[in-house]
Amino acid sequence: MSLGLLSLILLALAVFGYVLGRRKAVGQVEGDIRKLHSLPPFYGRITALLTAVPAFLLIAVWLLAQPLFLESKALSLINPAELPEGKSAELVMADVRRVANGLNMLAARGEDVTPLLASPSALKSALNDAGVVLETEPTPSTLAATAALRDAGKTSRLTMTVAALALALGGLAFGISRINPEYRARNATERFAMWLLMGSSLVAVLTTVGIVASLLFESIHFFRLYPASEFFFSTVWKPQFGGGSSLGILPLLWGTLYVSVIALVVAVPIGLMSAIYLAEYASKSTRAWVKPAIEILAGIPTIVYGLFALVTVGPLLRDYFASPLGLGNSSSSVMTAGLVMGIMVIPFVSSLSDDIINAVPQSLRDGSLGLGATPSETIKQVVIPAALPGIVGAVLLAASRAIGETMIVVMGAGAAAKLSLDPFEAMTTVTVKIVSQLTGDTEFASPETLVAFALGLTLFCLTLALNIVALVIVRKYREQYE
Amino acid sequence: MTASAPLNPRAAHDTRASLLVQDPRTKARNATEKRFRAYGLTAIVVALLALVWLLISIFGNGLPAFKQTFITLPVTLDAAVLDKGGKRDPADLAKATTVAYGKLLAKSLEAEIAAKGLSLGAVKPKDLAKMISEESPATLRNQVLANPALIGTTITVNVLASGRIDGYYKGRVSLESAALDKNTSPEQLALADQLKTAGLLSTQINPGFLSMPDASDKRPEAAGLGVAIVGSIYMMFVVLVLALPIGVATSVYLEEFAPKNKFTDLIEVNIANLAAVPSIVYGILGLSIFINFAGLPQSAPIVGGLVLTLMTLPRIIIPTRAALKAVPPSIRDAALGIGASRLQTITHHVLPLAMPGILTGTIIGLAQALGETAPLLLIGMVAFVRDFPGVPPEGLFDPASALPVQIYNWTQRGDPGFVERASGAIIVLLVFLIAMNAVAIYFRRKFERRW
Repeated sequence: MSLGLLSLILLALAVFGYVLGRRKAVGQVEGDIRKLHSLPPFYGRITALLTAVPAFLLIAVWLLAQPLFLESKALSLINPAELPEGKSAELVMADVRRVANGLNMLAARGEDVTPLLASPSALKSALNDAGVVLETEPTPSTLAATAALRDAGKTSRLTMTVAALALALGGLAFGISRINPEYRARNATERFAMWLLMGSSLVAVLTTVGIVASLLFESIHFFRLYPASEFFFSTVWKPQFGGGSSLGILPLLWGTLYVSVIALVVAVPIGLMSAIYLAEYASKSTRAWVKPAIEILAGIPTIVYGLFALVTVGPLLRDYFASPLGLGNSSSSVMTAGLVMGIMVIPFVSSLSDDIINAVPQSLRDGSLGLGATPSETIKQVVIPAALPGIVGAVLLAASRAIGETMIVVMGAGAAAKLSLDPFEAMTTVTVKIVSQLTGDTEFASPETLVAFALGLTLFCLTLALNIVALVIVRKYREQYE
Repeated sequence: MTASAPLNPRAAHDTRASLLVQDPRTKARNATEKRFRAYGLTAIVVALLALVWLLISIFGNGLPAFKQTFITLPVTLDAAVLDKGGKRDPADLAKATTVAYGKLLAKSLEAEIAAKGLSLGAVKPKDLAKMISEESPATLRNQVLANPALIGTTITVNVLASGRIDGYYKGRVSLESAALDKNTSPEQLALADQLKTAGLLSTQINPGFLSMPDASDKRPEAAGLGVAIVGSIYMMFVVLVLALPIGVATSVYLEEFAPKNKFTDLIEVNIANLAAVPSIVYGILGLSIFINFAGLPQSAPIVGGLVLTLMTLPRIIIPTRAALKAVPPSIRDAALGIGASRLQTITHHVLPLAMPGILTGTIIGLAQALGETAPLLLIGMVAFVRDFPGVPPEGLFDPASALPVQIYNWTQRGDPGFVERASGAIIVLLVFLIAMNAVAIYFRRKFERRW
């Protein structure tokens, strides 16, 4: 039974539960609803909730967890002696999964797949036709594992459907059985809804747990294969397909910091000065259109900036600055990425600074102006010092954005890991390498792929630290004037 | 009386002769003031110029993608070539490959050129086929397979010209560059000019850019955004269905029910942090949890949708909480006072009043999710997908592309025609974003209440 149909049936059961619950409650008091504890819809609602919610939760948990159980069974069928040179059982499992998915696809089209499982060559060509390309013919143990996986998948699907329906019917029966005029249906509904609300708010916590767990888990894997001291202190980044790679993070960190610094050098003066002008000088009508116009820059997707760097800014810098001055002839460079990223970051600096400057009490300005200072002297000597912690916070937040930015550097900064001071040279960053290591063709279990998780962990910690420092600074400052 | 200190300390060095003339110090201070204002104004102008430059560059590169060079010519669908069995049997018809259709098109073009009295010039007949896109024979073949009755008749077809010819009319290819290019020649371009005067070749609006799937590396003229748009819509559907209820439920819990304790503090800190986590980290999360752990298929809109849901949640929760906070407590007190339960108070009064704010936040969150690229790269959405995904819910598990990823994909290809396609795709993306933001602004203007 397809997922869509199952969901529809469960929803229909819930509606049925609502009608039944409501009718039973009203029936028990012979239509005199004054004798009920709650209004009739509450009796329907609690029954419907008890019918649908546990069943849907079961399906969600089942779908997320079932591969764990299915694959352990199939994995045990793979004969270790048949493993190709240098391939782990997990890798063969990936093949098994692909073959099984391909077969399911064929079966869904109404083709008979049983004879295919008997002959590896026919299977390979049939799958190739269906768009699932296999490098080699599957070995007998792979085939056995595939068959087991498909069988287990079918059984699991069936069990899940039956279990979900049983749970729904059970919930329905339980809900109905509890209905009597004294039953506090309203309170029960509220309690149920409350648990649902609380459960939803756990999603945020679970996301963080998921991020940290996935990063940590695979990073530990990586550090088992590759020494941590090498990773953190080596100045060479040279991944190699055959193993023996040097995976030092320092050149990547250098590229990241270099690009971010250029971005901030562009964005901070422009952003801060626009914020000052908008907050202190601009008329209300100017402010009304200039502020949203600058904020458009923040709403433009980063892929747009990436393309801008790739086709416009990069060639421009190369043809008019770098080449004539003999500084290099690469269109992707630290300068390109930094400049474009600077444009992207302007609104982060300007919006936050604008808010903070506006929060400086007017009395401070009035005092300074009353003593005879010009507006610019007031700004420089009174407003900015008062707003400084907040502005620093804004700059740190902008820096964290710049460090975590991916698309601009992927398309504008280049791919060569270098420790160089020349801003017109192509360099690479942590985020670029996460993308290239995880979208490459290397084996998942190799250090060349797993290094991406260690890079991700470093990036996560770096941005988290910056954000926390920024938030602490901003919060501290806010307390001063409130 | 000691006369050491003068009565007026400034009198000693006050050289001012008149109130009407500024002294040098005042002049300097006023000049600084003017300069400072000019800096501010310059900063704003620079920021706005950057925006304008960005938009001009994208639109300048991208607008040509919506137009395409077509060759219009009559083609006789010869039964002897296309249906050797003569029985219009679909299995027989399928035996005629695109190569046969390609030859047919080339022949028709040659005949048509002769009929119009044009000379081929130095173009060899075998190079004539190269002026037609490699995609066109396949399109014609599909048309015939769908309607076998066409065989034997003469139909007028509108076929795509090759990418180089198209580039010639868009200024990407010149006679000089064509001389160095093995895919075209100056003679072909000269012939194309003749065809244009004869009315065989024309530049028209290209609806295929929005409806066709992606095309291979050598056929930029045939590449379209169809699959990417469908994939993006599927993902936005998943995000809306999951993120809106979960986001609103979380916000309601935190704003209306949650007691102040360690647990709710933890949730709040979490949400604040999640909003600032770099998007690529969500990609890593999606790869290791949804694909490697839960075994969901790569390149599927459901995985993209789930990852984007997690990313969008904090962006929905933060404005939703602000909207809930803005509803005055007196409304809650009144509802509770006449006997409504807490949940009734919220569903009957607080949520409807906060709805404009919630919807605005949701739409803006969705718009951000729509343009997000980096996490999708890691979950395999960069794959080359030509088949449209099926109907949801099963279609959510089929491979698909997405708008921003398609753009990235096109920028990584060799043929310069794809830069135009990528910029055109960005225009499509920006149109979607502008539309969504316009709806959000409309909601805010129309329904927002100040208490």
